[in-house]
Amino acid sequence: MNIFIEYSLFIFFLPLAAFLINIFFGKRLPRQGDWVSIGAVLFTLALSMAMFAGMIFSYDPDFQVESSFTWINLGDFNIQLGFLVDNITITMLLVVALISSMSHIFSIKYMAGDPLYSRYYAYLSLFTFSMNGIVLSNNLMLLYMSWELVGLSSYLLIGFWFAKKSAADAGMKAFLTNRVGDIGFFIGIMLLFTAVGSVVYSDIFTSVADGNLAGTLLTMAGIGLFIGAMGKSSQFPLHIWLPDAMEGPTPVSALMHAATMVAAGVFMMVRLFPIMTPDALVFVAYIGGFTALFASTIAITQNDIKKVLAYSTVSQLGFMIMSVGTGAYVAAFFHLVTHAAFKANLFYGSGSVIHAMHHALHKKNDHETDPQDMRNMGGFKSRMPTTYRAMLVSTLAIAGVPFFSGFLSKDAILSGSLSFANHHPEHFLLPIFGFSAALLTAFYMFRLMYMTFHNEPRMPELIEEIHESPKEMTFPLVLLATLSFFIFYTLPYFNPFSDQGWFTYVIEAKTSLVHGAPSAHAIAEGIHHSHLPAMIISVLVAGLGFFLAWQMYLKRKLSAERYANKFSTLHRLSLNKFYVDELYARFIYTPVLKLADKIAFLDWDLYDKYVVDGFGKFTEWFADLIGKVDYDGLDQGIVDGTGRTANRLGDILRNLQTGRLQNYILFALFGVILIVIVQTMV
Amino acid sequence: MVSNILSWLIWLPVAGMVAILLIPRNKVEVIKIVAAVSTGLQLWLAIMLWLNFDSATGSFQFMENVAWIPSFNISYALGVDGLSLPMVILTPLLSFLCIFVSWKIDRGVKGYFALFLLLDTGMIGVFLALDFFLFFVFWEVMLLPMYFLIGMWGGPQREYAAIKFFLYTLVGSVLMLIAILSLYFTCGYTFSIPELIESAPSALDGSLWWGMSAIKVIWVLLFVGFAIKIPVFPFHTWLPLVHVEAPTAVSVILAGVLLKMGIYGILRINYPMLPDAVFWFAGALAVLGLINIIWGAMCALAQKDLKKLVAYSSINHMGFAMLGMAAVIAASGLHGENYIAAQAGITGAVFQMFNHGTISAMLFILVGVIYDRAHHRDIDGFGGLAKQMPVYAGVTMVAFMAGLGLPGLSGFISEFMCFMGAFPVFRVIVIISTLGIVLNAAYFLSAYKRIFFGELNEKYSGLSEIDGRELFTLIPLAVITLILGVYPGPFLNMIKETMSVLIDQVVLIGNFAVIP
Repeated sequence: MNIFIEYSLFIFFLPLAAFLINIFFGKRLPRQGDWVSIGAVLFTLALSMAMFAGMIFSYDPDFQVESSFTWINLGDFNIQLGFLVDNITITMLLVVALISSMSHIFSIKYMAGDPLYSRYYAYLSLFTFSMNGIVLSNNLMLLYMSWELVGLSSYLLIGFWFAKKSAADAGMKAFLTNRVGDIGFFIGIMLLFTAVGSVVYSDIFTSVADGNLAGTLLTMAGIGLFIGAMGKSSQFPLHIWLPDAMEGPTPVSALMHAATMVAAGVFMMVRLFPIMTPDALVFVAYIGGFTALFASTIAITQNDIKKVLAYSTVSQLGFMIMSVGTGAYVAAFFHLVTHAAFKANLFYGSGSVIHAMHHALHKKNDHETDPQDMRNMGGFKSRMPTTYRAMLVSTLAIAGVPFFSGFLSKDAILSGSLSFANHHPEHFLLPIFGFSAALLTAFYMFRLMYMTFHNEPRMPELIEEIHESPKEMTFPLVLLATLSFFIFYTLPYFNPFSDQGWFTYVIEAKTSLVHGAPSAHAIAEGIHHSHLPAMIISVLVAGLGFFLAWQMYLKRKLSAERYANKFSTLHRLSLNKFYVDELYARFIYTPVLKLADKIAFLDWDLYDKYVVDGFGKFTEWFADLIGKVDYDGLDQGIVDGTGRTANRLGDILRNLQTGRLQNYILFALFGVILIVIVQTMV
Repeated sequence: MVSNILSWLIWLPVAGMVAILLIPRNKVEVIKIVAAVSTGLQLWLAIMLWLNFDSATGSFQFMENVAWIPSFNISYALGVDGLSLPMVILTPLLSFLCIFVSWKIDRGVKGYFALFLLLDTGMIGVFLALDFFLFFVFWEVMLLPMYFLIGMWGGPQREYAAIKFFLYTLVGSVLMLIAILSLYFTCGYTFSIPELIESAPSALDGSLWWGMSAIKVIWVLLFVGFAIKIPVFPFHTWLPLVHVEAPTAVSVILAGVLLKMGIYGILRINYPMLPDAVFWFAGALAVLGLINIIWGAMCALAQKDLKKLVAYSSINHMGFAMLGMAAVIAASGLHGENYIAAQAGITGAVFQMFNHGTISAMLFILVGVIYDRAHHRDIDGFGGLAKQMPVYAGVTMVAFMAGLGLPGLSGFISEFMCFMGAFPVFRVIVIISTLGIVLNAAYFLSAYKRIFFGELNEKYSGLSEIDGRELFTLIPLAVITLILGVYPGPFLNMIKETMSVLIDQVVLIGNFAVIP
């Protein structure tokens, strides 16, 4: 067996083993079994690093190993499952293992003392297992299965503090919203399977390359699969679950709802890019572009530190999705990787702040103040220097400032959209979405930094109690902040303004297999030409965003309140997330539940009570009638006095509906005899 | 290997019943042990049968054939194939577990367990009979103990429920009996199922009764009879009522085994004997499947009573199997001889039948567990139980996840196979049915949330955790669900040859031209 497949098997099964151990025996193990999960994930990290080293040493853009086995075989109906390991897989495995390890370590202190500590680690392992399934799969089946299992672990972890109603609600909302997306996913799978007879990527790819699978069918299948990605990657209008998912513990938010799980949709689109038709991709691009802008307009007014980051995540995922849609899918994957590091870091940073707030409030016996509300913060810079510096680096990265990783990847995405609009002027909106979102990104991130760390404290009585977090929590911060610098992605080159480097070498853009799609070369050419204008505009808009935030929240030269009042309708819309949740409640949840009530009423209280029981009542009445005719009419009236024989017969008939089984069987037998007679006569 | 193993399987419970009848009524423990031993032995025999079963052939195995009433050509004929084997394993398994589920029965113990064993015989007899008359006898034998078990050990409305169940089923039986006799008289005076499968398609071909195609008439008679059991909308309203009133073990048997007889009957009788009508009816079957899925899910969503919710979920789950069954016509020339879809659909339906047996059994046992403690089943009357009963909450989570079709658990595979199979033929119907994916999750998760999440309801801070006996009844089912969800291969191999034979019986013998 190939060494890469062998490693992959370990990476796949170790977290599963950790999950099983911890869920059953975790409570009885020393340290409640956290070391089992941590050990497993560190082991997968080591293996991923080894695979990564292998990839770097071979430095082959076409590297690929695959291994499958037959899972279900009914003769003609076959389902193969297996692993596909190529450079995309290996890079993604490393991202997952790294962020997952960081979350495991961060949680040691963050979750310390929780009564369900061991179960928490079990769930983390379950997540790592299923996420690796998504990454390793070479077919739609294992992808879909892991996809749903990721949904399960997300459900369990969002609702981890289930005694809180909001957490339980958020978990359920996440699961159901994802399932809505999964309908599309599932229909896409059925369309492809029906056409190809296999769920393995390479079979589907071959079929598309041969032209057997094309046109509307392929577009529909592509859009179907993408709807699945919209659910998982929280794209408008299925974005509603992700902000609520912040009810989960913060290391979970960092791992799942920022860096890896929500990126699964993007990962899938990158994987399946070769079979996406140009029509499907336009749909993808608009959903992504709109989401990027839409979410950032919400992020600028939120006061909950995690909510800002949540909407920021939605927006950044929109960037990636848009990039896939414009054909720059390598840029999408690049941004996925850089974003994973700096966004996870921002979440750990917010976790560190919330942790500090929590302790301070606890010390003061204050159970009213919201520890996540930025309006209660300010001036933490000197109290939590490490957290501050780490978050600042990641903020620079996400804002797209040169010398940081986000600059490279976001720039690649924006060049892609600009180039796409150059070739298709009717899609001029896409770069507008992109650049406006980039402006707002810089604005809301610096707003967050200033509100949290700068100026004088808004709650001065707390500030003495605010302390830097312990090593277990600052270590991931420092590590991931370091990874927000450009150099890690451009080696062996040192040019901070070009994404040329190992990444763009090993992850090579491949031409779509769909006939008539633009070639990878043409797309790359277009991006190259748009590179400079895109870079200039993006630096300018980021600078403008930063400047506005600086003036409003640090210098206080511009009053945020005044602008809020001036554009009060817009402000209210943004603050209330454009009332999307309310619209859903009004037009979907409530009507469906009402309809369910109506159907249940119809079923039980009308149909069953009147129609079904009506038949029974009718028979009873009919039997009574016959009894009457027989007894009063025939017996008493006509054959009055004929004797007991008739009397007894009447009794029997009258009692037809007594509920005595013998009678019914007798009745059935009469019927049978009748049939036999009729049959023999016919 | 025991000789006449099928007869042993059928008559062991009767032997147990006779033994119980001889035990004095106050020796309660002895009665229970006898019941457990006889069903346990039966389970062991079923496992032996399974181990000795030859998966490579699709024909009947371990056949027994003794003339019974020669003047009417009635024989005592038994046999097992890939279609019946899953149910022949499931029936003793659930019967055995149900003895332990019923362990706390304190009223009329002797009668209860005696009837239960009789019920067991009736059920397994239905799955093993190869003679139509014998099939019918077992079908009716099953009915009586069911009636008494519901009517005597049930809830407050037990008599109403029992009589409704009985009447409804009896209507089905009568229709079935008419069909059986029609087949007997038109297809060479035989009740033998294998012979009828051979002779019926040609014997009935083209014959008209009162201007209607004989094939269609017999199909409708049989279908309604079986549809009441499944139950297919609109014959389904007895099910929630009976479940609500029945004691836990009876609910388990009802959902786990009895409902499957409808599907089993259609696949065993209707499909091979009336292949022409399969083509005529497949569209209707798919539509009915769709209605079952959506209607069942919507009703479940509105329920306040947990047991009723689970009952409606059964209606919903049977809809998936019906969709899968309808897919068989994909293999015909009319649909491009798509054997892939036909195999997926029909094998998925049989697999769904088994999986629903284990999953719904778990669900009903779990409802029983909480009812025994809180004495009500009102979903909104609990809250926060996950804190008080973590193990119970965990097992319920597994069962609910299995019910909503989570990958890694068996229900997912059978549902997805049914969908995959039906999709090429009934594209629109399947696409609408996929709404079930969301609705199922909605009703299970919302019930779970209301029962287990939130602040602990103070009233239930004294509730005791699920005990060892209850866990013993649940764990085997959970393990089966998990194993089949991860590695369904061996199980599917067991049934696939029979399904291939069945598909050929339908599409090669069946004439899919329009029948009059």
